[in-house]
Amino acid sequence: MLRYIVRRLLHMIPLLLGISFISFGIQQLAPGNFTTVMKADPTVSPAYVRQLEHQFGLDKPWPVQYVLWLRNALHLNFGYSFAYKTPVAQLIFQRMGNTFILAVASMIISWGLAIPLGVWIAVRKDSWLDRIVSILSFAGISAPGFFLALLALLFAEHTGFLPVGGMHAPEAYFFTPWHNFTDMLAHLILPALVLGVGGCAGILRQMRGSMLDTLGEIYVQAARSRGLSENRVIWKHAFRNALNPLITLFGFSLAGLLSGSALVENVMAWPGLGKLILDAVLARDLYLVMGSFVMGAALLLLGNLAADIMLMAADPRIRME
Amino acid sequence: MHSPILKVQNLHTWFETPTGTARAVDGVNFELYQGETLAIVGESGSGKSITALSLMQLVPEPAGYIEKGSIFYKNRDLLDLTWEEMRALRGKDIAMIFQEPMTSLNPVLTVEKQIVEAMQVHGTATGAEARKRAVDMLNKVGIRSPQQVVRQFPHELSGGMRQRVMIAIALSNNPQILLADEPTTALDVTVQAQILDLLASLQKELGMSMLLITHDLGIVARVAQRCCVMYAGQIVEEAPTSELLKNPQHPYTRGLLASLPSRARRGQELYTLEGVVPPPTRWPKGCRFALRCPNRMDICKNVLPGETALSPQRRVSCHLYNSDSAEAAVPLENPS
Ligand SMILES: Nc1ncnc2c1ncn2[C@@H]1O[C@H](COP(=O)(O)OP(=O)(O)O)[C@@H](O)[C@H]1O
Ligand SMILES: [Mg+2]
Repeated sequence: MLRYIVRRLLHMIPLLLGISFISFGIQQLAPGNFTTVMKADPTVSPAYVRQLEHQFGLDKPWPVQYVLWLRNALHLNFGYSFAYKTPVAQLIFQRMGNTFILAVASMIISWGLAIPLGVWIAVRKDSWLDRIVSILSFAGISAPGFFLALLALLFAEHTGFLPVGGMHAPEAYFFTPWHNFTDMLAHLILPALVLGVGGCAGILRQMRGSMLDTLGEIYVQAARSRGLSENRVIWKHAFRNALNPLITLFGFSLAGLLSGSALVENVMAWPGLGKLILDAVLARDLYLVMGSFVMGAALLLLGNLAADIMLMAADPRIRME
Repeated sequence: MHSPILKVQNLHTWFETPTGTARAVDGVNFELYQGETLAIVGESGSGKSITALSLMQLVPEPAGYIEKGSIFYKNRDLLDLTWEEMRALRGKDIAMIFQEPMTSLNPVLTVEKQIVEAMQVHGTATGAEARKRAVDMLNKVGIRSPQQVVRQFPHELSGGMRQRVMIAIALSNNPQILLADEPTTALDVTVQAQILDLLASLQKELGMSMLLITHDLGIVARVAQRCCVMYAGQIVEEAPTSELLKNPQHPYTRGLLASLPSRARRGQELYTLEGVVPPPTRWPKGCRFALRCPNRMDICKNVLPGETALSPQRRVSCHLYNSDSAEAAVPLENPS
């Protein structure tokens, strides 16, 4: 088991190298760099621009730049953001915390809704309830995320019940810690709902399908033939087995936390990693983009690994390797 | 013989399907006596499994349902019981084992958990006592290293071992009746014989009654005292096994026997039954075997034959033996 994890971690190294190289290369495809805007600005002296270019190594050919970046990155120095004038690592970790809060809240909503509801409608297959939930969930799958986000903003705007966008009230600086926390929760509700409800539908379909599959298995029939109560048959025998494909899905969603929330973060002004990355790409903030990409890729790979480990814990047939 | 422990009368179990009502079990009568093994034999699709599931009231819902009939056990009609009353009987009074040992155990639970659960739910044994009894049961079904096997998962066991575990689970509450639905069909031939002998000896030892479902007459000869032949949702012939094998009456039974490889003489071509079982949504109006029957008469196409008692222990549903319908009721030679 431990050896398996170590091996998987080692496999991540060449992958991350490849990803970082490609990301670096792609950013060189577009003409210009961070200083392009400055060059067009008559108030910035060309000498200063050249000094900046030299300082950040932008005057060297890009493969050389990449090697420099890589050497620093291996020493856990991800460089400075041009735009924020702050170490990239510090920026990323601060924003990642915010993304994490949003992602966990939305996952609690989507998984907390989808799992029991999926089991429930699978057991009552073809009932009215099943049909209604199915239609709603198809609508949920097809509704674009930004549409839900706009709806939520409209709701907040019209009712004044919840804050519109952002993570803290402007005056939050003067709040008590407790007040600060509740204020953050109030800001969290809408983006978390938008993300959670959006993600719920897919999980629900998967849970229902998987549950229907296992309910038709002979071991479920056999469990009934032993006189077990229907609750026990459903939860201990059918559900335990129906959960396995969902664990894989959970791993993917864990891995996709970052990209998944990027859109909502941007529309609803949640100061997370997704928003940071988009801003950085637009500003051609090279090292910030690189740091975020590599961080995102590492999260993706770690998420997959976590899912595989969970699956091994849940399914004895996979434990054998 | 003593009174029957289970008496099935006029059982009809139907399915609503897109192509119409499938009358999978369509008027089945039989009695199971205390301490005997009764076989139900018939081709695949004749309704054997659905008969067994009907006894358990576990017919796949919502398509399947018991249309009518009665199932008497201990002077009560099981079909009158509430769901909870029936649940208390399942696995306690009437236990069942299935055809596919590969898929009839839960893959994510250890053998121990599955045996212990079966006892716990009926309060037969709990905790350490149940765990000890689980090992005893595995011993009883001929598993040599029960201490090790209890901790294993189903996928770590061979097919034969899994079927032994299924038997151990089924017998853990000392049931009165064991329903064995093709318990050896999915196994290698050598393992088949072992499992059959095991079932036969356990049945005697525990004094329980066994309903053995199979499509293989060779198996019937090995373990069952009496035998019902099922065709197209009905029982067409019933007889003590030895008599049935020596002197089959229904043309379908004769065909089944004649097509047994062990019965063929050297150098002779193996007899095969012509045609297939008609679909259960469209049973013919008359005798359901008529289309395939070598002894077909005019009446067979239009009138479903009733039961004729040939002796206190034998009955057959065929116009050949019905004095009203068959002028030409000459006993026939075996085919071939
Ligand atoms: N779930 C189901 N839905 C519809 N029809 C079914 C279902 N299960 C069984 N049947 C019908 O019942 C017939 C008898 O099935 P079964 O009892 O399993 O036969 P066997 O004698 O091979 O055990 C089948 O031919 C099929 O048409
Ligand atoms: Mg069957």
